Amino acid sequence: MGERLEHAPNLTEIDLTDGRASEPSHPFRGVNRAFHGRRRLGVASTLGLPLAWMLLVYIGSLLLLVVSSLYALDTTTQKPSDTFTLDNLRATFDVTDPAVRSTIWVFIRTVGVALTVTVICFLIALPVAFFVSKVAWRWARRGIIVAMIMPLWAGYLVKGYAWRAMVAPSGGKFAAAGKGSGGFLDSTFSWTPGYGSVAIIVTLVYFWLPYMVLPIYAGLDRMPPSLLDAAGDLGARPMRTFRSVVMPLLKPAIAAGSIFTFSLTLGDYIVPQLVNNGKQKFMFGTLINSTLGAPNQPLAAAYTLWPLLIVILYLFAMKRMGAFENL
Amino acid sequence: MKLSLPARATLCVFTVLALIFMYLPLVVVARLSFNPQKSVAWPGWRGFTLDWWHKAWQADAPREALINSCKVAFASMLIALVLGTLAAMAMTRFRFFGKNAVSFLLVLPIALPGIVTGIALQNTFSRTIDLGIVSFRVGFGFHSLIIAHATFCVVVAYNNVVARLRRSSPNLLEASADLGAHGSQTFRLITFPLMRSALVAGGILAFALSFDEIVVTTFTAGSGFQTLPVWIFSNFSRPNNVPLVNVMATFVMVVSIPLAWLAQRLSEGGDTV
Repeated sequence: MGERLEHAPNLTEIDLTDGRASEPSHPFRGVNRAFHGRRRLGVASTLGLPLAWMLLVYIGSLLLLVVSSLYALDTTTQKPSDTFTLDNLRATFDVTDPAVRSTIWVFIRTVGVALTVTVICFLIALPVAFFVSKVAWRWARRGIIVAMIMPLWAGYLVKGYAWRAMVAPSGGKFAAAGKGSGGFLDSTFSWTPGYGSVAIIVTLVYFWLPYMVLPIYAGLDRMPPSLLDAAGDLGARPMRTFRSVVMPLLKPAIAAGSIFTFSLTLGDYIVPQLVNNGKQKFMFGTLINSTLGAPNQPLAAAYTLWPLLIVILYLFAMKRMGAFENL
Repeated sequence: MKLSLPARATLCVFTVLALIFMYLPLVVVARLSFNPQKSVAWPGWRGFTLDWWHKAWQADAPREALINSCKVAFASMLIALVLGTLAAMAMTRFRFFGKNAVSFLLVLPIALPGIVTGIALQNTFSRTIDLGIVSFRVGFGFHSLIIAHATFCVVVAYNNVVARLRRSSPNLLEASADLGAHGSQTFRLITFPLMRSALVAGGILAFALSFDEIVVTTFTAGSGFQTLPVWIFSNFSRPNNVPLVNVMATFVMVVSIPLAWLAQRLSEGGDTV
């Protein structure tokens, strides 16, 4: 889509007043000409407001967050003080300190979870998207894709809560003791992963799967069937066609999908609370949240630099792969 | 590429399983909201009561939270629509320096982990910002939530409008110009009608996004202000309130999913131009 944009004729070039002299004069003609003639004015009047909002509210806040990690906590008021310090950064990045190392270890584990979630989402999304765009009956395609996407809008917390009910083990304060008397999975299949890391990963996959399905489907849909036929005619078996034709073309779409599956998992701290009863430090987001509640705002601010840094690096890497034209 | 029948059948079964995976949890919660027992234990399909729906209808806290959610979502939707449409027009109409950076900037609030956005905004809102001439503190409440939500909703409105503007043929504008229309006429008679259903779709999705949001909300709402997701979040672990949580969760699904479906239909419209 972005590609088309770059080659589309620039609308300012189809200027209404440009070289079409014999038109009757109009009271606003002068104003229009001035407006159209000045691209800068046009850009400023349309982009100015949204850009100012995003820069002031969002980028401003991100910068302020970095700044606030540079100040010490006032231990009597529990609020950030005016004393400059590098202690928070040291407590976040100094790998020589074993205590810091254990914090970083939580972060690495969280990146691991994010990558796992991304890979699982991809493994589910690819066959589904392929089936819908290349195999399913033409009339059913849109319907199936829309059905896959709709749960995205059911509400984050609602879905997290739904999984809490799905995986609930028997016993505890929400369900009677005894096998088969827990949540849906336990009572139907007599098996449940229970609350814990498996439940966290399943829930996160469930959350972000539509984000992966949609761009891959769009990517496959754009791929002309003749391309796949040509590969077949040249003697490639389906697996070979898939490896040499489909995958390379799909790379930007996969990159686009992975932005959400990776980045949104990296900062999540709600799911661990919903489906990981008690165990507090499994995900880095939980650690940030509990530091903030300690309350140690400056240290929490410093901790957020880890996901911020990794996600921005990730976004740049994905941008290079062309992900942004596929969002 | 010809796939064998077993391969196609496997893909079909896999897709059906994926669809079951997507909808089963939603069905389970909906079922639980009619469950006579006060637990998340699966009751099977026997036993049915409307008591909890009735109780939820009468309870004040969830209703208040629901109204708050609607107000915040509506206000952020309006802001997001204005900002998103302006940005979309700039991006499709002009070439300028840093164009790629702008698209990056717009998507950043939903691409960065919610906790980063949340803590960053919380930090800003809680500070006294001294600009020399004026110093102010944003504080917490309705307005802080609206600012925060509008920020990440812009991209949804933007995406819908920009997709429509890119799809619509520049020939239309050219034709309009050839027929002697000036800029504002072209906007009123061509550009706006083209965008209209995309605006409605973007608006609905922005509303839904704000309505459902929890992570940024917990950081920017301040204490004592509850939206529906915040209410659910603070009640899901209280065994006594589990039935009401089931009802409210079902309610959110029943409202959001048809709305999102409607938005989907609307944003597909206008393809022919």
